[in-house]
Amino acid sequence: MSFLELRHVTKSFGGAPVRHDVNLSLIEGEFVAIVGYSGQGKTTLMSMIAGLVKPDSGEILLQGKPVEGPGPDRGLVFQNYSLLPWLTVEENISLAVEAVFPGQSAAERAAHVAKYIAMVKLSHAADRLPRQLSGGMRQRVSVARTLAMDPRILLLDEPLSALDALTRANLQDEISEIWQRDKKTVVLITNSVDEALLLADRVVPLTLGPGATLGAPVTIDLPRPRDRTALNHEPEFKRLRAQITETLLGYGAKARQTVSRKLILH
Amino acid sequence: MNAKLHNFFLNTLCLAVGVLLSLGFWSLLSATVAKDLPTPAATWEVAKPYILEPFAKRGEQDQGILRLVGYSLALVAKGYAIALIVGTPIGFLLGLSKGFARVFDPIVQVLRPVSPLAWLPLGMVLFLGTGRQALENGALFTIAICAMWPTVLNTAVGVRAIPQDYLNVGRVLKLSRVKMLFKIMVPATLPYMFTGFRLSLGIAWLVIVAAEMLTGRTGVGSFLWNEYNNANYGNIIFSILTIGFIGFILDRLMSVAESRFKTA
Repeated sequence: MSFLELRHVTKSFGGAPVRHDVNLSLIEGEFVAIVGYSGQGKTTLMSMIAGLVKPDSGEILLQGKPVEGPGPDRGLVFQNYSLLPWLTVEENISLAVEAVFPGQSAAERAAHVAKYIAMVKLSHAADRLPRQLSGGMRQRVSVARTLAMDPRILLLDEPLSALDALTRANLQDEISEIWQRDKKTVVLITNSVDEALLLADRVVPLTLGPGATLGAPVTIDLPRPRDRTALNHEPEFKRLRAQITETLLGYGAKARQTVSRKLILH
Repeated sequence: MNAKLHNFFLNTLCLAVGVLLSLGFWSLLSATVAKDLPTPAATWEVAKPYILEPFAKRGEQDQGILRLVGYSLALVAKGYAIALIVGTPIGFLLGLSKGFARVFDPIVQVLRPVSPLAWLPLGMVLFLGTGRQALENGALFTIAICAMWPTVLNTAVGVRAIPQDYLNVGRVLKLSRVKMLFKIMVPATLPYMFTGFRLSLGIAWLVIVAAEMLTGRTGVGSFLWNEYNNANYGNIIFSILTIGFIGFILDRLMSVAESRFKTA
């Protein structure tokens, strides 16, 4: 049985559907990346899995049970970190831990929180407020908060897109490391094909809108751990990247689309 | 450190220049067009006993200036506390519930511009039953109702401005309604609430002077009015300066508190 399943999910805002007839199925422990341009309703798709937004039709099943609303079993890492600015790093994570594990004693909770702060290498900054942290550090706090909730599935909604290239590369490695240790089921939404290839078991490209849906998934069987510099010279990596990029750009689709896409590219 | 010191001296110098220019203009006015305006020196002469013995109590109205200010501040504190306790929840309801806002927002908008002088008689009528306390309670009522509005409106704006992301965090964590309110909504609204609190305190201080003048309750306001009746015009100016100075200090204190709660 699939761990997470989306069946004929459709969502529209007013006019044309933002997401149309989306079908997706994940097995337990799988890392799936959904790649697409901005403004294609990627975040809408993620919000539906998280239960923050209801689909117009279709259903989303987690371990066979329909998703009815938001809940801590789906750990959502927000695109814009969403840390509470009046709480320190430790307090932000503690709030989540307290909500998810109400039975813990204060000492247990402190240890639990400290463990996840250490996991994202922020022990030295535990008492700082979010505004005293860099963008990359904030996103690490956000990741730690989500991991500390021990969700059944991790939803990463363009978690790294607001960061500079170097910080982004560092965090990609950290996410990869954490995933290989925990083997959680992960859905990553990203606008970077390279990021998807580096991290995922399977990449799902989004076709062009309106009425955008998911393209055919591409299995990535590059050996792990993947080294970003070595990957660039790997023929298989190049082939996969070309394949996904082509799907994204919509070659072989309507000629009109190809033309407009070319115009944008140049 | 040197730059800081330099800045301090510059600021002090500018302040001194401002004060001297104002005093000069004042002297000029009382020497030329406004013959009845007491000169700065004459004002100092009449005000001296109140300043040099700020806590003296020579009679019901004849008291040191800080003692008078103390009476006024005590009443302001009570009225202000009522304003915050009543105003903050109303602001939250206005911000949270569209229905509540539709019903009560027009009423708030109509009551808000009403002058304290108009509320005071109603307040005294309302508390007629309390006998000798009627004046004081009426004044309290007036302070509370006039000072409430900035708190109500700013809190409502603050609640509406809570970023959806913070609320989503609460939803994902499935926080209870109480926790959602106290762990997310109240802290997220605090900066707005404090702006409201600061403006409310300013109004409360404005109202107390008017209320004391009309009710004759001992304080800076009634002191001012009595000195007018006693033809000690210098003390009118002295009272005005005192009221302004105290108001300024209150505002400074509140903005320190406000900046402490600024987030992000």
